[in-house]
Amino acid sequence: MTVEQQPNVILQVKDLVKHFPITRGIIIQRQVGAVHAVDGVTFDVFKGETLGLVGESGCGKSTTGRTILQLYRPTSGEVIFEGKDLVRMKGEELRKTRQRMQMIFQDPYASLNPRMTVGEIIGEPLIIHNTHKGKEVEERVEHLLELVGLNPAFANRYPHEFSGGQRQRIGVARALALQPSLIVCDEPISALDVSIQAQVVNLLEDLQREFNLTYLFIAHDLSMVKHISNRVAVMYLGIIVELAPRKDLYADPLHPYTQALLSAVPIPDPNIEEKRRRIILKGDVPSPVNPPSGCRFRTRCPLAAEICAQEKPAFREVKPGHYVACHMV
Amino acid sequence: MADLLNVQGLETQFRTREGTVHAVNGVSFQLKEGETLGIVGESGCGKSVTVMSVLRLIPSPPGKVVAGKAVYQGKDLLKMTDEEIRHIRGAQIGLVFQDPMTSFNPVLTIGRQVAEPLEIHMGMSRKQALERAAEMLEMVGIPNAKERLNDYPHQFSGGMRQRVMIAMALVCTPQILIADEPTTALDVTIQAQIVDLVKRLQHELGMAIIWITHDLGIIAGLAQRVLVMYAGQVIEEAPVKELYGNPQHPYTLGLLNSLPRLDSDEHRRLASIDGLPPVLLSKPTSCPFAPRCKYAIERCLAENPPLLQVGPDHYAACWVHPETGRPRE
Repeated sequence: MTVEQQPNVILQVKDLVKHFPITRGIIIQRQVGAVHAVDGVTFDVFKGETLGLVGESGCGKSTTGRTILQLYRPTSGEVIFEGKDLVRMKGEELRKTRQRMQMIFQDPYASLNPRMTVGEIIGEPLIIHNTHKGKEVEERVEHLLELVGLNPAFANRYPHEFSGGQRQRIGVARALALQPSLIVCDEPISALDVSIQAQVVNLLEDLQREFNLTYLFIAHDLSMVKHISNRVAVMYLGIIVELAPRKDLYADPLHPYTQALLSAVPIPDPNIEEKRRRIILKGDVPSPVNPPSGCRFRTRCPLAAEICAQEKPAFREVKPGHYVACHMV
Repeated sequence: MADLLNVQGLETQFRTREGTVHAVNGVSFQLKEGETLGIVGESGCGKSVTVMSVLRLIPSPPGKVVAGKAVYQGKDLLKMTDEEIRHIRGAQIGLVFQDPMTSFNPVLTIGRQVAEPLEIHMGMSRKQALERAAEMLEMVGIPNAKERLNDYPHQFSGGMRQRVMIAMALVCTPQILIADEPTTALDVTIQAQIVDLVKRLQHELGMAIIWITHDLGIIAGLAQRVLVMYAGQVIEEAPVKELYGNPQHPYTLGLLNSLPRLDSDEHRRLASIDGLPPVLLSKPTSCPFAPRCKYAIERCLAENPPLLQVGPDHYAACWVHPETGRPRE
């Protein structure tokens, strides 16, 4: 899947691997194993689009997002952002590049420093990167607060004075401060109530249109990902099992895991729920310390055959733009 | 069918440093034999406090049930002695909590914990109780149930622990099962397993269920009747199809419109509900939803609407007809 020459690719992730070591011993630590959190993930993100990354807890979607931003250094692989490989970048060069890529975190209660005012939180990136000075910082902060729908007078307040939805808006303002091109949204709405979720999602969509932002939108809520994404990647146990344009993925899911996942999502309509047939998967997700041989999903797959235990299925393009990793497709 | 549980005018308050929080303000509902009643609402709306009050599980102080009655089999649960209510809880009313990680005693084996209600309520010997516990664990789909009796909670996955908790709640074959957000902490494929399991068990054991959730999707396929709660009040009550097909309270309508749908392909902007739920430091004297409601009229600010009958078996606490925007009556 080479799209290297395409000018509108903003981010290329190639065979990204992140293993976390498991160690034994207190003074002399030796590695006894590894959590295979992300195990060879390859995809592109196009400029101005929203790529949804979905999967269940522990599938490696957040680790993927963090490894892309170099918050975790990858075990191997390449992350090419705006033409440069972030994995080989260090020090000042990486710090500069970070202006262009930002993150919105899941938990608005844990991701804002309780001892800093909202103005300090949003203004901090401006000072660190030395883009604004003195009065300019204040002005920029006020502008950003307005942009995310908060009263600019709130700049002197502390995070605990705000509700979850408002805090998430503060997180969005901070991410926007340096005018990034890519924002990794790591479950930005899953800690919020339904009526507040819609507010934040609408805000993210408005900002994307206004500033031509690119989102990598990590979530476990398949309905919301369908709503916000242009393309969707489905992760399972450290790998991407299927990637397709939104419509294709939801209308014609090819991987048995995607099919099961979609059938498990409840639809808020009793007339439809009455007639729906669910694919109920057996068992739990295996441990990423010791993932199954061959296809990762074979232990729960209704279609599993002999080949699935022996060979890793290739991640191949079966229809234009529709990639799937399954022997049975 | 006869009412199994009849709750009338329930009011629960909590004393806090900021003042008295009016968490539940006059909640009434009936539960019929063998039916599934869904209670839906966002965090802080009082849905959990309602059932905890009925079961007398509100820690006092700071909490206090100040008014109302909850009649079960001709007796008011709220007036029972501690000894009497202990014979109801666990024996005739089973309870499943949200978080399967923290609801078990970590230093007792699963066998002991599932068997305990049998020893207490049914007077079984330890040996008999453990045998029955193993049967129950098998029924909820724990493989090798007999051997796993000696395992500790941490040796089970989240989904398996929730199965064990359901086994524990149902081991004395209660008349009522109260499930407080039992799938919120679980992934969708595991959620589908649990919903499937509970439906099967209800079919086999015939208990009535109160299912508390914030997820309008899951309740659509599960309940026969639904209560929608807001600010400690029931604001709408209807049979499930009527509620989703013909919502009569602006809040219910807003919630349904703010959900992205897996089964719709068109991209529409999510209808968000502006503002935040009220802080319940005083008992609402006007409609608590009025500040966020686009249909609000003068009367809404003067008088808190009671549940008005708006259709056969359909009640809504709203002065306005949301389809026409005109006052009711």
